[in-house]
Amino acid sequence: MKTAPRRYVIIGSGVAGIAAVQAIRAQDAAGEITVISDDPFGFYSRPGLAYYLTGELEENLLFPITHQEFRAYNLRWVQGRAGRILPAEHRVELENRASLPYDRLLLATGSLASALPIEGAAGCQGVHKLDNLADARAILASARRARAAVVVGGGITALELVEALLAQGLQVHFFLRGERYWNNVLDETESQIVERRLQHEGVRLHYKTELADVLAHKGRVAGVVTKDGRRIACEILAFAIGVKPRMELAKAAGLKVDRGVLADEHLQTSDPDIFAAGDVAQVYDPFSGKSALDTLWGTAREQGHCAGMNMAGHSAAYAKRVPLNVTRLAGLTTTIIGTVGSGPDPSLLGIARGDSETWRQLGLSVTAENTFEVNRLRLLVGEKHLLGAVVMGDQKLSKPLQELINQRVDITPIRAALFQTPKLGDMVAAFWTQWREREHAGEKS
Amino acid sequence: MNLRNFFRADSNRREALVVAYVVPESSRCVQCGICSYNCPQGIDVRRHAWQGEPVRDSHCLTCGECINRCPRGVLSFERTHLFKEEGTR
Repeated sequence: MKTAPRRYVIIGSGVAGIAAVQAIRAQDAAGEITVISDDPFGFYSRPGLAYYLTGELEENLLFPITHQEFRAYNLRWVQGRAGRILPAEHRVELENRASLPYDRLLLATGSLASALPIEGAAGCQGVHKLDNLADARAILASARRARAAVVVGGGITALELVEALLAQGLQVHFFLRGERYWNNVLDETESQIVERRLQHEGVRLHYKTELADVLAHKGRVAGVVTKDGRRIACEILAFAIGVKPRMELAKAAGLKVDRGVLADEHLQTSDPDIFAAGDVAQVYDPFSGKSALDTLWGTAREQGHCAGMNMAGHSAAYAKRVPLNVTRLAGLTTTIIGTVGSGPDPSLLGIARGDSETWRQLGLSVTAENTFEVNRLRLLVGEKHLLGAVVMGDQKLSKPLQELINQRVDITPIRAALFQTPKLGDMVAAFWTQWREREHAGEKS
Repeated sequence: MNLRNFFRADSNRREALVVAYVVPESSRCVQCGICSYNCPQGIDVRRHAWQGEPVRDSHCLTCGECINRCPRGVLSFERTHLFKEEGTR
C-alpha cells in the first residue's frame, strides 16, 4: 500500500526556513511542502540590507534564489500570517481562517526589533527600525527628505543604521548609553578604533546619552530630547536596541518557551512534531548543558538545515559550534569567534541581531593583543586552549583561529610566549601551520 | 601603502591570475550578493559561496574584484595545482 506523502509546513521565509526546505526536498522528493511567509518579499539576504542601504547593492540583488529555482522545489507558498497552531489536530490556522494540516511543522519565525520604550515614537513618521526590506525601503524614502538623523542602540544593527544614513548624506548623531560602543563584545581599544573612524566620517557620538522623548511636528519627527535635557533637531530617529524572538504562536500552542522556543539538539520542541530553528529557537547545547539564543545568520541556516533533515526522518543532531560572526564595523571587516565579551551592554535589551549569548560567558581568560594601525588581533586565552578571538582588519588569521578554537587545540607549547611576543599574529600563524601539518601527517599514516 | 607593498600587491595579483581561483568560506557568507554584482564577467559568485564551491568557471578572470568588494572577507585566492612545478611552494 502506498503511503500518503508527508505534509511539511514551515512558518517563516528567512534563511532558517529556506535551509529547511532545501534539506527536506533533498531527502523527500514526494513530500508536500508549504511555506507560510508574512514578508511580502519572501526570501532575501536580511544581512545584505545594510549594504543595500549604503548603496553598495541594488535591491534586486538581495534575492539569492530565483523564481525558477523556487518552482523546482515544488512547494506551496502561502502569503500571509499564521494565526494559531493546533498541535492536537496537527493544523495551522491562518489569520484569514484558512487551515493547513501538517505532519511536521517548523517554527522559523525569527525575531523582531524591540520597540523603543517611548510613547511618542510609535506611529510617528521618520521613526525607523531595520527588520526587513520594507523597513529598508522606508528608511531610504525618509532619508531623501531629511537632513539629520539620530540613531539609538548598541551592536551591529545600530552601527549599520549609522553607516546607512551617513551614506545617504545625513548628519548622524549616534546615542550610546554607555561610555563606549558595543562594550559587551568589544574591548576598549576596539571600541575606540570604531568610534574614531566614525568621527572621522563626521558622525557625532553622544556618550552616556539616553533618549527621553521624540518631538513631532504634524506627525513627523522634528527632533529628540535627551534625558539630560538636550534637544537635537532631526527628521529621522532610527533604533536598534535589541531583538525579541517571535514566539507568540509557540506560547499560544502550549510549547515550552523560555526567552525563545525551547528546542533540543534535534531542533525538536516540546511537541515531537514541531521543530524550531533560527532566531526564535533557544537550542540546547549538550556540550555546555545550556540552552542559548543566537541571532546569527549562519547559525540559522545550519539549524534550519538540521531541522529539515529531522523533519524528513533523518536523525541529525545540531552540533553548536563556537559562535562566529563576521561583520563590518565602520568599514573594518571584523570577525568575532567564541568567548570574547564582558558584562551586559546598557545600550541593548537582551540580545541583538548578529549576537550570540555565548560571547558573554566569561571563562578564566587573559587577553593578549597586538595592534598596528587598523589591523588588530585579540585572543582570549584559557588555561590550555584559545577561548575566543576578535580579528579586525586583515582577515588572514581568522580561519586559522577558527580552527584552533573550534578544535580546542592544546596551546600549552606557546601559551606563555603569547603574552610576551610583539608578533602575536606570526606566532599564531606558525603554530597553526605546524598543527595542520601534524594533522595531515596523522591522516595519512 | 608603501612602495614595497605596492609591488607585492601587484606581484600577488599577477601570480593569482596564473595559478589561483576564488574560494569561498561559506560560514562567513550572508548571501548579500555584492560579489555577483561586481563580477565583470557576470559570474554568480554568491551561488558558489552558498554551495561552498570554488569558482572554477572558465570565464573567471581572477581579477579579484569579488574578493575586494566582499564586506565579510568570505572570498580568497587559493592556488590550484594546475601549474605546479618542482621547487614552487
